[in-house]
Amino acid sequence: MDKSANIDELVEQFKTLPGGLIPLLHAVKHAVGYIPNESVPQIAIGFNLSRAEVHGVISFYHDFNTSPVGQHTVQICRAEACQSMGSRQIEAHAKKSLGIEYGETTKDGRVTLQPVYCLGNCACSPSIRIDDDIYARVSPASFDQLMSELYVPAAGNAGEKR
Amino acid sequence: MNMKFFVPQDTTALALGAHSVAATLAGELEERGLKDEIIRNGSRGMFWLEPLLEVEIGDSRLAFGPVTPCDVSSILDSLSAIDKNSKSISHPLHLGEVEKIDYLARQQRLTFSRAGVGDPLCIKNYQNLAGFAGLAHAIRLKGQEIVDEIKNSGLRGRGGAAFPAGIKWQTVLDTPNEQKYIVCNADEGDSGTFADRLLMESDPYQLIEGMAIAGLAVGANQGYIYLRSEYPVAHKILNQAIERATEAGFLGKNICNSSSDFFLEVRLGAGAYICGEETSLLESLEGKRGMVRAKPPLPAIEGLFGKPTVVNNVLTLGAAASILEKGSETYKDFGMGRSRGTLAVQLAGNVKRGGVIELAFGVTLREVVEDFGGGTYSGRPIRAIQMGGPLGAFLPESQWDTRLDYEAFAAIKAMIGHGGIVVFDDTVDMAAQARFAMEFCAVESCGKCTPCRIGATRGVEVIDRIVNNQDRDNNLILLTDLCDTMELGSLCAMGGMTPFPVRSALTYFAEDFSGESPREN
Repeated sequence: MDKSANIDELVEQFKTLPGGLIPLLHAVKHAVGYIPNESVPQIAIGFNLSRAEVHGVISFYHDFNTSPVGQHTVQICRAEACQSMGSRQIEAHAKKSLGIEYGETTKDGRVTLQPVYCLGNCACSPSIRIDDDIYARVSPASFDQLMSELYVPAAGNAGEKR
Repeated sequence: MNMKFFVPQDTTALALGAHSVAATLAGELEERGLKDEIIRNGSRGMFWLEPLLEVEIGDSRLAFGPVTPCDVSSILDSLSAIDKNSKSISHPLHLGEVEKIDYLARQQRLTFSRAGVGDPLCIKNYQNLAGFAGLAHAIRLKGQEIVDEIKNSGLRGRGGAAFPAGIKWQTVLDTPNEQKYIVCNADEGDSGTFADRLLMESDPYQLIEGMAIAGLAVGANQGYIYLRSEYPVAHKILNQAIERATEAGFLGKNICNSSSDFFLEVRLGAGAYICGEETSLLESLEGKRGMVRAKPPLPAIEGLFGKPTVVNNVLTLGAAASILEKGSETYKDFGMGRSRGTLAVQLAGNVKRGGVIELAFGVTLREVVEDFGGGTYSGRPIRAIQMGGPLGAFLPESQWDTRLDYEAFAAIKAMIGHGGIVVFDDTVDMAAQARFAMEFCAVESCGKCTPCRIGATRGVEVIDRIVNNQDRDNNLILLTDLCDTMELGSLCAMGGMTPFPVRSALTYFAEDFSGESPREN
């Protein structure tokens, strides 16, 4: 895929939308998987902004990672409701079993681990999100089970895909 | 006998395996040669019972929960038994008629009256349950008359700040401009809150209706829903709902054959908690960093793209729809003092029966947590309750008899906020919670005000020194001083209220900061 051509198309599509920079960045992330640093000048020209302004917006938001992530993004909720149900243990277990810290990707490129502050599933904590699926009442054992399913090709997300 | 099955598709039900239950049910029905319909409804908000399977037989809706795929076959067996012998159902997961379940029957549901009843995207179902009646009423009124209804209802902003909604609408109405906006704050970032999500996923047309009413009231033809990116299910449902409402003529040009237009769009946030603050949200909608703005100018006068803008929470706009439908007097009859109507309490954390509980203002915190919640999930004693999200105070047992009323909570230096209640059992380490409050502020501060941006980082360090008994007395003084500075020197609630959980932890749970007897876990 020619990333820069693709991004040019997206810039063209979003530059006239009022407040279109954030929707554009979501679209770039969706298409490329991250916001490439080399796309900043392209975006800046399209939106008639300085490169510093575009960089400022990208760096403000947690969602806009500027380097590639793994095949799956696993987010662990760190907020209070999940803490009250033992998310600190899930956090420690996840880091240990995957052998990575927050913001890192497993060596095989399969999983990127991220913190998240609330998934709105607080009545059935602790919660994690794997890509676009949210899981409730996660224990270290069920975490391991979910991770092992990510390693089975085409097994999907425990049958939860629509 | 014809039956209809309902399997919820809200985030929590899905997170507990609702898709697998629905798939198993479809398979079982086919195997048994049954043609009964499966409807994917929203949730009732009784999350501890999810996935909650409902079966409509004749006039009654029977509930089973929490259901796993393994239970489906035996539930169908018990239903076929009732068919043959017309005896009562005997199944361990049978809960009787859903609306008679105590947890639901004891609520006063106005905003959530439709949640979980049917397919959230079915417009016909919405209209059968009095949906769009408020909009039909509003179309016959002048803008000022709509605003008067909202003012008379006593509705206050449900996002947390509790500002009277009618006064905000009046300001926008009174500010002449060719372009005005309605912005829905759906950046529900507080831990322990999920009522906005439940409404958007289970009854999205109510929000759409409320926003269209607001547009008619103040003369705005464009609305934006600023939705957090952590809500992928709500995102999908809202987009589908907007598409269908537009096709049906409730959005777009000449809504409901009137001469007014109202266009609506969902904009996704990008993981910044601060964008739940209204001015930061507006900056983000404009495509900028979510930096908090100084007020004045008020967003009602110079809001989105510098134009007069109503910024309201999901539940405020939802309530506006029911006020226009039922009348402001009916709404006002609920509640106490200056807190009128109903509050969607969200019971979360270490609690046996968590969920959304809509009640008139005035009930005590203890009644909610003990009567509805049934105590902790772990079975251990409750030690602390955090009300109002990460910027809310931690309350010890001596304060649980406080009534849910904006003023009563302000009087004990706590807040109702968006109505989230997070329960902690006796294993909680309150020094760790105070440290987390500062840490969270450091991660999520927009960086505009120095006391918030730098104070939060220093706050983590000071709490660490206190717990490690380093120059303890002086560091305690320093922490209090730091809290004063943050409270007085920050533009918004992020820096201004992060001290609330910290101070309350220090005041009511001082023993956890002694650094001597580390608590287990």
